[in-house]
Amino acid sequence: MSEMIKVGMADLKLCKAPDAITTLGLGSCVGIAIRDPITKIGGLAHIMLPDSGNFENHNSIPKFADTGTKELVRIIVAAGGNRSRLVAKIAGGAQMFAFQSKNEMTAVGQRNVDAVKKVLAELKIPILASDTGLNFGRTVEFYPETGDYVIKAVGKGVKTI
Amino acid sequence: MAKVDLNNMEGVYFDVLREIGNIGAGNATTALAQMLNTKVDMHVPKVDLLEFSEVGEAMGGEEQIMAGIYLIVEGDISGSIMFLLEKSSAKALVAKLMGTTSENPDGEFDEMELSALKEIGNIITGSYLSSLSTLTNLNIHPTPPDICIDMCGAILSVPAIEFGAISDKMLLIATEFTDDIKLEGYFILVPDLESYDKILTSLGM
Repeated sequence: MSEMIKVGMADLKLCKAPDAITTLGLGSCVGIAIRDPITKIGGLAHIMLPDSGNFENHNSIPKFADTGTKELVRIIVAAGGNRSRLVAKIAGGAQMFAFQSKNEMTAVGQRNVDAVKKVLAELKIPILASDTGLNFGRTVEFYPETGDYVIKAVGKGVKTI
Repeated sequence: MAKVDLNNMEGVYFDVLREIGNIGAGNATTALAQMLNTKVDMHVPKVDLLEFSEVGEAMGGEEQIMAGIYLIVEGDISGSIMFLLEKSSAKALVAKLMGTTSENPDGEFDEMELSALKEIGNIITGSYLSSLSTLTNLNIHPTPPDICIDMCGAILSVPAIEFGAISDKMLLIATEFTDDIKLEGYFILVPDLESYDKILTSLGM
């Protein structure tokens, strides 16, 4: 029997086929799905903020794009994934509220996406597909068996990338 | 050194923040009653400091469709405030305010309804902030509101990210308003750490 593993906000988990892994209601956060297509070992991280360096209190590794992505790669490799075969798909990074403001936090969706792309490039993990930005929330499901990344949004149906 | 560390909140500071939550929600209820021209009862609000992963669950699940009205707060303190309402409650509230019957409780909001909802959020959060301002004698102005109707988890990511910069937890004030319809509303107040200190100092803490 395959299971659906749930990842919360600022959280990351390992997932091996035939299990699948999901995170609900991504807004400005980004869901990073990584897998090794041969061993079909993968995982999902739900990051909230671009960079652990800007903040003094950062004991929470999965919260940040840089530390979260690296930790996800570490646990996948530790579970038997091949580091050089890893591939990624990303979703999220929406701007939920339209107004522009002096508060730099409001553009955080795009900054999260940029930070995730940067760290994946550093790690030399290719991004096979992405569904990011715009102004709506996304629920995602990742299947390490096939690499399918299923994205559901309110009133916008379901799509697979 | 900041007095407030949200990860290790001492009892007395938490009690003060809870009390501010109570008073603010009380004022918001009065404002709502005046707006609807009816009597509105409010249950004692539930104030919790929750882990990010727990907040969606506390509001009925991350995929619950909600309306979120969000304002940036400026003046002596800085931060933001959000008021969230479950979608069908928001529909019912707008219908009551506009004197229409909601024919399609699960349907989309039209421009008029969105605008009315934004105004409701503005008045409710405004009365909340004005009670905080009176209590602390601090100057607090909200900017014009913005609204978003989407999955609860997605809306919550906005204040969670702001809290995320200072803490792994967020302060949620759950309020239940009752008249002939029951409305469950949530306030999320996100002052920055310095502002927490200012609020507590102004209260003589």
